Amino acid sequence: MPTARNADARRIRRAASAKGRTARVKRGRRSPLATVALLAIGLMFTGGAYALFSASPSDNGAVAASQENVERGQKLFAANCATCHGLALEGTEAGPTLLGVGAASVDFQVGTGRMPLMNQSPQAPVKPVQFTEEDTQALADYVASLAPGPAIPSAEYLQADGDATHGAELFRINCAMCHNVAGAGGALTEGKYAPELHEVTPQHIYEAMLTGPQNMPVFNDANITPEDKRDIITSLVYMRENPSPGGFELGSLGPVAEGLFAWVFGIGALVALAVWLTARSN
Amino acid sequence: MANDKGAGDLVPVDPEHSAPTSAGTAVVHRDAVQNPGLPPHRLRVGDLDPKKADRTERGISILFYISIVASIGAIVSYFAFPIIPDNPASVRLNTLFLGASIALALLTIGIGVVHWGKALMHDHEGVDVRHPVRGSDETRARAVEIFDQANKESGFGRRALLRNSLIGAFVAFPLPAIFLFRDLAPTSDDPAAELRHTMWDKGVRLTRDPDGAPIKASDVTLGSAFHVIPEGLNESEHKLEEKAKAAVLLMRLKPSDFNVSPGREDWNYDGIVAYSKICTHVGCPVALYEQQTHHLLCPCHQSQFDIKNEAEVIFGPAKRPLPQLPITVDAEGYLVARSDFTEPVGPSFWERGDYDNN
Repeated sequence: MPTARNADARRIRRAASAKGRTARVKRGRRSPLATVALLAIGLMFTGGAYALFSASPSDNGAVAASQENVERGQKLFAANCATCHGLALEGTEAGPTLLGVGAASVDFQVGTGRMPLMNQSPQAPVKPVQFTEEDTQALADYVASLAPGPAIPSAEYLQADGDATHGAELFRINCAMCHNVAGAGGALTEGKYAPELHEVTPQHIYEAMLTGPQNMPVFNDANITPEDKRDIITSLVYMRENPSPGGFELGSLGPVAEGLFAWVFGIGALVALAVWLTARSN
Repeated sequence: MANDKGAGDLVPVDPEHSAPTSAGTAVVHRDAVQNPGLPPHRLRVGDLDPKKADRTERGISILFYISIVASIGAIVSYFAFPIIPDNPASVRLNTLFLGASIALALLTIGIGVVHWGKALMHDHEGVDVRHPVRGSDETRARAVEIFDQANKESGFGRRALLRNSLIGAFVAFPLPAIFLFRDLAPTSDDPAAELRHTMWDKGVRLTRDPDGAPIKASDVTLGSAFHVIPEGLNESEHKLEEKAKAAVLLMRLKPSDFNVSPGREDWNYDGIVAYSKICTHVGCPVALYEQQTHHLLCPCHQSQFDIKNEAEVIFGPAKRPLPQLPITVDAEGYLVARSDFTEPVGPSFWERGDYDNN
């Protein structure tokens, strides 16, 4: 009997210790760190998936302007653009005249997806491109055939092989006040904004300077020469391709992003440390 | 001094017998909520099971070893990721690895020590009773005695000549700072005069920032914005000081698009207008020009100026419009200033008000 009782006692003790272990495991599962880790993993997956699916389309090659192209452009224009810009490009109440805007303007507006306009808002946003490269070229040829205007820039200025230092100086003087010194973009008045420049192709950057789309001022060749524009593009591409020496840029948005980071992660870590320091060890 | 004894052994607070004997508690109120006292002492896993304590010890020692490795890693990364001139990426790698390894070295020491203290060191609980701030009557009387004695022995109260001259010396001591720091202000006899005048003058050409190339009126197409400096700025002695006053933004509007007040009819040239780029609020460069709305936005405090209405303030903290630079063209077709600004540029200063009298 004593041995049997001993065995019983052992079994009970073992069961009890097993219970204790499962209780501990359960408590471990409910650790607040697990929630944080789960959130972080979820966010990372979402961000990664978004980055994967939002890859941008490649830029276009030049197609020679031909009579055939102009006629095709005319049809496309009548079908897609004339409602707002008028059948003869004369403009309506809904949209400005396109006489004299040139092929560069069309290539910029259509090639970045800003046109056709989605709705009447303070600013036409960049959105998925609505026309193929050939159609964009046809539209540009058609608009350029009716009145002279800035042409699509030649490839020699788009190679990003100029003087990045000079370009950066010009960028700081002429562009950085709106587009941010690192080209990260910035807010303007009443819902308008200067877009970020990291994803913009050299050709579209050049065309934007040349034509002054929407509220951006025009920087014609007398103001910023083609060589200067090449240098600006060079400096932007340099910034894009070289990591910031200061570490993580946090979007290069300055004190807003950095302050948010410091408050959330810096102070968050300090709070967590303080909690850990004062918590009793188990 | 018996009252000052603060520390004592742990006595769980129990309203029945702890309150009257507690050294520091002056009055114990009968609260609606009863003092729950200290929780019972709970043993840690390391106290119950020496094996667990050993494991904790090993864990902590591993932390310290990690710290050693990280410290050596910092030395290694200093050589493995040198800063290569003209290569920002190398700077980034260098600072990243140096910073990360030094941080790891220090953080593991800190975490290890704290963990040691919390998990292994004796967790004997003690209570420090808060002692009254007011000293005992004897202490206070003794303090007064000491002061009296010091006063008597030093003669501070009696020897008024010494005392007053000492106070005078202390008052005089900071005076040199006033004269030293005074030179941080503009050195000229009349700083206000310097604020009133810029490099612009009759016939000074408007030139491009930064290269100083003169600008033809025909170059300024509709919708353009030129960032302008006065001719000769790059060669001037105090380039930055002059630029900070003379920077100008040049824009071309349709002549039908903007209003001209009487007296300013010849200040623009064929719709080309030039305005000071220095905000009248606190002097930030106002250069965010929207070519469709013709609004200028100051990035610092969001003041907005309407170029259609002679840079009238339409939003924000600025109180005055941006000063307009009267311009025309010279014989060669280059844009030139007609005169200096007709009012001081930039933010207010005390003497600004009597500008009109000069």
